Amino acid sequence: MHIPDGYLGPTTFIIMYIVMIPIWLYAGYWVQKNLRSRQVPYLALGAAFSFVIMMFNVPVPGGSSGHAVGSALIAIILGPWAAVVCTSVALLIQCLVFGDGGVTAFGANCFNMATVIPFTGYFIYKLIAGKSPIASNLRIAAAAIGGYFGLGIAAGVAGFEMGIQPILEHTAAGVPLYMPYGLNVTVPAMLIDHLGFFCWVEAIVTGLAFAYIAKNNPEVIFNHSEIEKNAKKEASPGGATA
Amino acid sequence: MDVMNAFNKLDKTFKVLVIALIVLVALVPIGLIATGTAYGEWGPDELQQAVGYVPAGLQQLNGLWTPVLPDYNFPSGGDTLPEQTPGYYASAIIGVIVVGLIAYGIGKVIIKRND
Repeated sequence: MHIPDGYLGPTTFIIMYIVMIPIWLYAGYWVQKNLRSRQVPYLALGAAFSFVIMMFNVPVPGGSSGHAVGSALIAIILGPWAAVVCTSVALLIQCLVFGDGGVTAFGANCFNMATVIPFTGYFIYKLIAGKSPIASNLRIAAAAIGGYFGLGIAAGVAGFEMGIQPILEHTAAGVPLYMPYGLNVTVPAMLIDHLGFFCWVEAIVTGLAFAYIAKNNPEVIFNHSEIEKNAKKEASPGGATA
Repeated sequence: MDVMNAFNKLDKTFKVLVIALIVLVALVPIGLIATGTAYGEWGPDELQQAVGYVPAGLQQLNGLWTPVLPDYNFPSGGDTLPEQTPGYYASAIIGVIVVGLIAYGIGKVIIKRND
């Protein structure tokens, strides 16, 4: 899902940078306000984990390949805004040091992988988990499903960004200047590759790592006290027990 | 020994996760088995083959940036799996350390809460 230089025209890549600036700034503000210094090592670990998980390319029948991102997991453990920071750092190094993802497309790639995945993943996880206890099977399944659809939706968004290029940027004769394939090709292609293959990896990684952390050290989870309070309320609906 | 002392002071969950990260790095050549180009990440030559031309704007922006380790490999590294493996390992180790240190640095600078 790392869009290289040349696939997005200036209109799209400039807009995506402009969209990302307030998101990066607010993410920094949120992390400052909500995380504690003892969580800094986890921030580093989350970013490093996201970097390495993206190196596990999965082959797809038909010759293509792709990978999980790990940012839904970071969103569930440290909060979606922290996931913006961690995944953006991983994407920056991938772009600058390894040429994975374009310099011009960095804003778009951060939007897709460091914003859409964590926020949609976290929202779906929260919706499904409801007021269930922190290490319950329902909450673990919710984390896995959040990972699955977080990556899937982001793949659709990336496909959309690429697929609108022939409409936005073409020569006077109508020849595409950047991504040559239109929406009718890019969106289904991205969705099929991801929902069919890479999203399963994202689901397994998110579910397993969440289960381990929730069972062994739930204090690491950024909103664990809120989750535990809601679960307790649910267990004693009268709320009489203090 | 300082590193080991610092490691021993960390909580058990963090240690297990660090070990899991090291295991992932050790297993990283598995990621080389998939040789196909990801959707929408083709080079100009692959596009030429697929659609019969290289879009003019794409041609212009392609190669805008020269990375140190292109495609997670040494610039001198070959294309076969055994030739790619050392570069892929080096990339994983460098990437994990650099990304981890930058995220750690950002956290150290902006996070002030100690409670």
